[in-house]
Amino acid sequence: MTQKTTQSRVDVRKTYKLYIGGAFPRSESGHSYEVNDAKGRFVANAALASRKDGRDAVVAARAAFKGWAGRTAYNRAQILYRVAEIMEDRRPQFVHAVRQSEGLTASRADKVVDAAVDRLVWYAGWADKITQVVGGANPVAGPFFNLSTPEPTGVVAVIAPQESSLLGLVSVIAPVVVTGNTVVVVSSYERPLPAVTFAEVLATSDVPGGVVNILTGDYTAPAPWLASHMDVNAIDLVGAAGDPDNAEAYEVAAADNLKRVRRAPAAEPDWTETPGLDAMTAFLETKTVWHPIGL
Amino acid sequence: MVFDYAPAPESRGIVDIKASYGLFVNGEFVDGHGTSFKTISPATEEVLAEVSEASAADVDAAVKAARRAYTRVWSRMPGSERAKYLYRIARIIQERSRELAVLESLDNGKPIKESRDVDIPVVAAHFFYYAGWADKLEHAGYGSDPRPLGVAAQVIPWNFPLLMLAWKIAPALAAGNTVVLKPAETTPLTALLFAEICQQADLPAGVVNIVTGAGTTGQALVEHADVDKVAFTGSTAVGRAIAKAVAGTDKKVTLELGGKAANIVFDDAPIDQAVEGIVTGIFFNQGHVCCAGSRLLVQENIADELLERLKRRMATLRVGDPLDKNTDVGAINSAAQLARIKELSDIGDAEGAERWSAPCDLPAKGFWFPPTVFTGVSQAHRIAREEIFGPVLSVLTFRTPHEAVEKANNTPYGLSAGVWTDKGSRILWMANQLRAGVVWANTFNKFDPTSPFGGYKESGSGREGGRHGLEGYLT
Repeated sequence: MTQKTTQSRVDVRKTYKLYIGGAFPRSESGHSYEVNDAKGRFVANAALASRKDGRDAVVAARAAFKGWAGRTAYNRAQILYRVAEIMEDRRPQFVHAVRQSEGLTASRADKVVDAAVDRLVWYAGWADKITQVVGGANPVAGPFFNLSTPEPTGVVAVIAPQESSLLGLVSVIAPVVVTGNTVVVVSSYERPLPAVTFAEVLATSDVPGGVVNILTGDYTAPAPWLASHMDVNAIDLVGAAGDPDNAEAYEVAAADNLKRVRRAPAAEPDWTETPGLDAMTAFLETKTVWHPIGL
Repeated sequence: MVFDYAPAPESRGIVDIKASYGLFVNGEFVDGHGTSFKTISPATEEVLAEVSEASAADVDAAVKAARRAYTRVWSRMPGSERAKYLYRIARIIQERSRELAVLESLDNGKPIKESRDVDIPVVAAHFFYYAGWADKLEHAGYGSDPRPLGVAAQVIPWNFPLLMLAWKIAPALAAGNTVVLKPAETTPLTALLFAEICQQADLPAGVVNIVTGAGTTGQALVEHADVDKVAFTGSTAVGRAIAKAVAGTDKKVTLELGGKAANIVFDDAPIDQAVEGIVTGIFFNQGHVCCAGSRLLVQENIADELLERLKRRMATLRVGDPLDKNTDVGAINSAAQLARIKELSDIGDAEGAERWSAPCDLPAKGFWFPPTVFTGVSQAHRIAREEIFGPVLSVLTFRTPHEAVEKANNTPYGLSAGVWTDKGSRILWMANQLRAGVVWANTFNKFDPTSPFGGYKESGSGREGGRHGLEGYLT
């Protein structure tokens, strides 16, 4: 965090980087862009993710999928809860980042961080409950055991909300990974810094490398490649709210391997509302297993 | 000593096929404005009837009728009243089941044994099941006040004509939507008989509309600006085109597409049961099944014995007249499908796999293909990768459970899979590992209205059947 100081010591500023496979690389393109605060003052240069960064992130997400989906639900719940703990621990830093990005007052920014931490706790609790809520036994007309259970769909690409740089971000990442998916998320373009700080929390919260991969920059660079990528199983276009032409182009590209698509709304949702199940169920498959019953 | 079977044909006198059929729009049969086409019996190539083709204007009229019925009648009707119409339909289907079964076998080519004992009973069960949901939607887990979407555009394939109609129409109506459904161009007749059943049930006009035609009609329906929902069952190629066509709209979509299911047999499986399961998996409905067990993965140490028994069993399959009650394998649905099966089988030969077909006398007229198995198939072979949609089985081997999983999942599809083993823990481990929407363990090709069906990956999205099947029709 940069601190204004009257002393002669020069502060040590943070380099804001991407988060891919549990590491913090710069963009392979060598590109960065200027990030300003809400008042237009320069804060930092952020990495400008390229399409190759997007592809690297998909490779990392795919590599992490089997292990993450194979964790017990209890374990995923604890890890998400741990993310909430570490975030709470670094609260002042997030409040500062949200104020800087979104231009909120201290008390409004406080509430946003509260809500983001609480949202993580809420989703953490779903890890070992969603299966019973959306799955179940099916009373087929015959001597068969028949059970439907939800399973993660795989690698999910997410265009994160442009306005809500932290609460919105957490609200699109948590529902994807809590059920066992891995994610490649492109942060808000103008407000990317809370996402990078959030990545630093993930890196110290027992989230295995590759489960969450965060790219900063303009989504129009990596998004077409994520949308058409044959090893991505689903895409959430929420961050393209108000950009119907690009959203439609991504949905068309996503049809190449029949990705599950969560369409962009007309305007960015109100992230303070308690979510429903659909942010999780959009990225779940239902598997139904049959077995005969007999002696 | 071998006994021969005497012919045991089911009488076709029970069904009265008209010379020509119109479209069913707003509760009445009307003439279509496209070029009418003939539907034939694939077993004899006999023309069964002349069928109207719906033009874009006809499709528009059907969507308008559905919209009117939705706004004025169906969305306002209490669920408990909608339920009773669906129960009525279920009962009439049971009453007219033999007529429907004969008509299905005539138009589609499937054995009467299957249309009579599987297709039509499951159709009735589907309407009966979803009827009961109509007044219980707030308990279905989709919110406290779930609402219908509006008008559903539904396009269905030719392999299970009336069953696919039931999978589409029953949940749509139960949830309070109205529908415009297009049956496949080679199998329109049971959908048109279903329209008569809607009339007998006094279903309000416009709630169900049936437009007949081919791809152009289907495209006009799917792309119509006033439909709220698109439901499609068919090939992955067409499903992909539909997904692109609805991009950028608010239309909700469910797709049930192709498959290339692995049917995995371990060395501890009860081998005779497994052989029956393999036969059911690939020769049921002439293999015209999206979830057919078209890739047999057999553990290497029992491969020789299993294949010997499989061939012995295949040799007893009776291929022929779909209306004969002893027939096991009927006619291929169309000349085009037969050409596709022959083409891929020839590619199997050319790529070095070894073909064996059950010895059987095929009728001189009609479209026929003998039950066939290819051995020596590798994962790179096109017959191991592409959906043949016919009675053709590709056999691969494996040594370890991990290898079986690796091979089973090595496909862009993910609709179904089969596992045969006596070891319970292995069944459950395999079921966990397989990336497929339906896993049949020590059984295959079982369907039930209460059991969700649908695929992972390029086999589609959304589920049909059960509580899950309502989701695609509610908001």
